[in-house]
Amino acid sequence: MVKKGIRNILFASKDVGWVLEPQAKRLFSMAGLNVPRFTMSSTVEEAVRFAHKIGYPIVAKVVSPRIVHKSDCDGVAVGIDTDGELTKTFTRFSQIEGFVGVLVEEMMSGLELIVGAKIDYQFGPVILLGIGGTGVEIYRDITMRMAPLRERDVESMVKGLKASPLLEGYRGSEPINLSELTRLLITFSELVMDLEEFIESIDLNPVICSSTTCVVADARIMLKETGGNP
Amino acid sequence: MNFEALFKPKTLAVIGVSLNNDRHPANVIYNKNSLRFQAEVFPVNDRGGILQGEMVYARISDIPQEVDLAVIAVRAQMVPDIMAECIEAKVGGAVVISGGFAEIGRKDLQERMVSLASEAGFPFIGPNCLGIYSPPHMDTFFLPSERMVRPNKGRVTLVSQSGGTLVDQMTKFANEGIGLSLAVSIGNKALIRELDLLRYFAHDPGTDVIAFYVEGFEKNEGREFVLATGRCPKPVIVLKSGKSPGGGRAISSHTASMAGDYEVFSAVASQYGVVEARNELELVSFCEALSCYNQSIEGRIGIITTSGGHGALAVDACFSHGLSVPTLSEQHQAEIREQVSPRVRAIASFSNPIDLTGSAVDDDFIAAAKFLSSMEEVDCVLILLLPYTPGVTSDLAARLSQIYRQADKPLIAYVPHVEKYGIFIEGFEFNRIPVAHSIEGTVHMAEAMRRWQPW
Repeated sequence: MVKKGIRNILFASKDVGWVLEPQAKRLFSMAGLNVPRFTMSSTVEEAVRFAHKIGYPIVAKVVSPRIVHKSDCDGVAVGIDTDGELTKTFTRFSQIEGFVGVLVEEMMSGLELIVGAKIDYQFGPVILLGIGGTGVEIYRDITMRMAPLRERDVESMVKGLKASPLLEGYRGSEPINLSELTRLLITFSELVMDLEEFIESIDLNPVICSSTTCVVADARIMLKETGGNP
Repeated sequence: MNFEALFKPKTLAVIGVSLNNDRHPANVIYNKNSLRFQAEVFPVNDRGGILQGEMVYARISDIPQEVDLAVIAVRAQMVPDIMAECIEAKVGGAVVISGGFAEIGRKDLQERMVSLASEAGFPFIGPNCLGIYSPPHMDTFFLPSERMVRPNKGRVTLVSQSGGTLVDQMTKFANEGIGLSLAVSIGNKALIRELDLLRYFAHDPGTDVIAFYVEGFEKNEGREFVLATGRCPKPVIVLKSGKSPGGGRAISSHTASMAGDYEVFSAVASQYGVVEARNELELVSFCEALSCYNQSIEGRIGIITTSGGHGALAVDACFSHGLSVPTLSEQHQAEIREQVSPRVRAIASFSNPIDLTGSAVDDDFIAAAKFLSSMEEVDCVLILLLPYTPGVTSDLAARLSQIYRQADKPLIAYVPHVEKYGIFIEGFEFNRIPVAHSIEGTVHMAEAMRRWQPW
């Protein structure tokens, strides 16, 4: 059963064909996943006000229905720590094609993973876990399983990554919170089962994992072209 | 639907025999079945007449006995009507050899057949296929008997979307001494598909291993298939084509871009214990290994050889496949050293690989194999046998197989495959120890057991 709020977001995004980051984050937050504190600002003043509220440094990202991969057009700025820098970034982003606002959010640190979903023609909903960031398609260190996931699937997914030592604590670094990651993957896979008819694929990239939490720092949902009304 | 009539028919009608063309597929099928197989066979042609002194029936309903299986080899347009007659005559099922359906755009003809059959609960294989090879009952392949290479009767069942690939695999089975239970070419798989056959053969007492060649699944069909494999107590091996990425479509998410058709298949196959064969060579070795050993291993390999080079190459092959070759402790090495013959004791090395040297005799192999098979650290033993080692005899395989039966640790042999060493190769085959052509081949076989992880 898809929650009403989630349904509304999917429905409102139908014409664009995908769910923009602020709405996608709201959706995942409703589904029970952790997201950073964020706001969608359409003026510099709003952005600065929110930055003061959560405290610098912050992350700013362009929001545009025309831009699926924000980094490709230099639409992501991390580690902003003054009002001046935020104002300058806001102005620069406002020149980007299709600009509708700037997403301001708290800065997270930890290991960057990608958690994804695809509705495969032959195998139905499939969940992907891998090393995240902008280089995902270069490293291609990924594992996949059919949804819904069970705990043993998550265990074998983590073990199946070349970089699994990084997750389990490598050379003195703290291990990430694997039970939080497991919870995230299982919750996500159940959500994907519910959304099977409406979506084509999802990227949660990066999911930032530390020894305490796993937070969805960016998200996009590609909707099915001929999908029914959610 | 009851598939017994398809695979174990007592009576067979071949519909579409020609009265003047002996090379017609229906005639080839009729001839081979009347000469070599157990099912009683009846020729059918709507003009009636006499074929090789036998009466040709004009209609299936004219045959004076109940017909279990009809082989239909008439023009595509006529097939739906013929099928309706078969249903009317209470035939048990059909194999539709004829082409000219969905593969050339005549989906309508194919759909008519499917709706007739579904409504009547009438099972049929095909169309556009070779059908079923089920010795000693019958064979619907329209290939002359004398041209086919027939593997021995055994316990592996092959199912293939492609008839050509299937016949080729049978040739390889014969060459490797792998026993075949049944071979099914499903062609357009209009009604009976991989999933149906998986469910049937999972309970077929004559089948221990089920191997598939698959080109593609329909929507969500792959999902059903792997879930059914997860519930199947027998090893299921799948060779799937379609590794090259489909071009053209713009892909907008990283996940969609990385989760290509083949990558997804490979991932979910391992999730549900499907043994994925990456190429046809693996398919053959995996069938051989799993038909001898219905068990899975973690892949801790012990190696016995009489040549240091073979041992070193086997270790390399194990590592490249992610299998481990545990080093034996000093104490274990001392123990095994005590058990081999005095001449070997002084010059052999015992760390794993155990290199018994060219002075080895059968007893040394037996001692080493017994020892490795008893160790917790080892779950599979490779025997690299060089038949020109003077002290080795062709009795070795039979004796080694006794060790397997006691210790339950799979043994896999390598013997160079040339005619001269046939007696060694057969020794292993007859005693159900898989035997490879190459060192790499033994490692493939071990890999088969590692990939098979009953769910």
